[in-house]
Amino acid sequence: MRRLILILVPYLWLLALFLVPFVIVLKISLSDIALSIPPYTPQLDLSGGWQAVKDFFAGLDFENFAFLTTDDLYWKAYLSSLVIASVSTLLCLLVGFPIAYAMARAADEWRPTLLMLVILPFWTSFLIRVYSWMGILSNEGVLNQFLLWLGVIDSPLQILNTNTAVYIGIVYTYLPFMILPIYSALERLDGSLLEAAEDLGCSRTSAFWLVTLPLSRNGVIAGCFLVFIPALGEFVIPSLLGGSGTLMIGKVLWEEFFSNRDWPVASAVAVILLLILVIPIVLFQRNEQKQREAEG
Amino acid sequence: MRRFSWFNATSLTFGFAFLYLPMLILVIYSFNASKLVTVWAGFSTRWYGELARNEAFLDAAWVTIRVAFFSSTLATILGTMAAYVLIRAGRFAGRTLFSGMIYAPLVMPDVITGLSLLLLFIGIGLDRGILTIVLAHTTFAMCYVSVVVSSRLVTFDRSLEEAALDLGCTPFEAFRLVTLPIIAPAVISGWLLAFTLSLDDLVIASFTAGPSATTLPIKIFSAVRLGVSPEINALSTIMIGIVTVGVISASLISKQQAVRRMQEERAADRA
Repeated sequence: MRRLILILVPYLWLLALFLVPFVIVLKISLSDIALSIPPYTPQLDLSGGWQAVKDFFAGLDFENFAFLTTDDLYWKAYLSSLVIASVSTLLCLLVGFPIAYAMARAADEWRPTLLMLVILPFWTSFLIRVYSWMGILSNEGVLNQFLLWLGVIDSPLQILNTNTAVYIGIVYTYLPFMILPIYSALERLDGSLLEAAEDLGCSRTSAFWLVTLPLSRNGVIAGCFLVFIPALGEFVIPSLLGGSGTLMIGKVLWEEFFSNRDWPVASAVAVILLLILVIPIVLFQRNEQKQREAEG
Repeated sequence: MRRFSWFNATSLTFGFAFLYLPMLILVIYSFNASKLVTVWAGFSTRWYGELARNEAFLDAAWVTIRVAFFSSTLATILGTMAAYVLIRAGRFAGRTLFSGMIYAPLVMPDVITGLSLLLLFIGIGLDRGILTIVLAHTTFAMCYVSVVVSSRLVTFDRSLEEAALDLGCTPFEAFRLVTLPIIAPAVISGWLLAFTLSLDDLVIASFTAGPSATTLPIKIFSAVRLGVSPEINALSTIMIGIVTVGVISASLISKQQAVRRMQEERAADRA
């Protein structure tokens, strides 16, 4: 009996507040927009009996999904989200790997401090971390003033409100997600393997490519997914740092809902985003499982 | 220090400069006397004074703290239960669905979580306000808590629980007297994580908040959409300060505890 309560409480909570909302999103994505409150039709009215249920299902169609394919905006937004998320994941890897590598090579007594310095930004507000770049990248911002002072440029560069700013923002905020798994893979790396490689005639560089990199592969893969998955649906970064030309699906969904008040289309956008995300999520899970099996 | 080359030193220096310079610049500019955020006009604490008189921000901060407190407490209870179910309850019907629902919110984009919860609240006719934000935050935070707690439960020596049961404890007593004290550090860090996630959240709160309840991130977001503002710099500095002090003191405390535990173990070995 106690066991049943223990299982049922969190189970029912998640069913009611996680699964049911998704079913509603799915349902509304198949509905039509209407000038009513709530602004979509059909509504399920169970008092009408079986006929009402049949009418309800008859009223559902894939019109909104068809609409998404007719308007350029949507597939361009999906595509550009994919591009932005992939490029920033790659940039994150290029920036994060050397940091994780250096941390794993640091003296033992330094490592906890370095680790804490990487984790600390996590606890700081995400919004504030994104906001901090607005003051740096704007036309009169710190970066442009510095470059003008150096004499590298004659007139301020337009960085804020471009995709460049979005890349900087994503790399900055998600860098710890990349560093931590790579660091934990590199930290476990047995130093004697590198010594063996060098004793057997490897140069330091080829030992890195032949030993270090393959052994940190799982960390690299985990880090890439941890950056790519949230970056794909990102809203705050493109809306604060990006310009009107920055198309990202999270932003489109937000505007569809709050500005256009088109709930059925917003729901359809969400359903497709979810379908796109399923692939990297499943791959990520599989990678994690493989790693657990390798360890355990 | 073998192999700690100049290359590693440079990556660390640049890496940490990249992570910390933007926040440092933000903090410095919060003490700028000028209204023009990019022109340095001398040191001043003027914006902190303006902030303290800004009722709207103070109200939003109070709402945010209340939401974070209630949602993280609820999330800790539910998340600990969920972790216990995942690790200890064995097989039951719908277990796969259950663990799926625990892990899925961790990777779900905020816009989707927010949208779906809003549609639910409207569907059941629940007025949007503090309650709806608490429900929304509890739901995604409990998943983080259960991941943190279950990672501790996995490494936990089960025979301790069994011994307590053999010695006549009821299962609940065994949980309260044996399991809970051992997993307490994970439960506390789960609570802290849930609290910060709730303080931090903009997107889900924007969807689920009504006109009667505005949280601090919603307020900050609408203020900075139009550009940099010195008052927000001051507010950010305060928030960064609180987090820094909190995290550093937490890590010092846990270090101290580790040292004490080691001394006690050594003393026990001698005895």
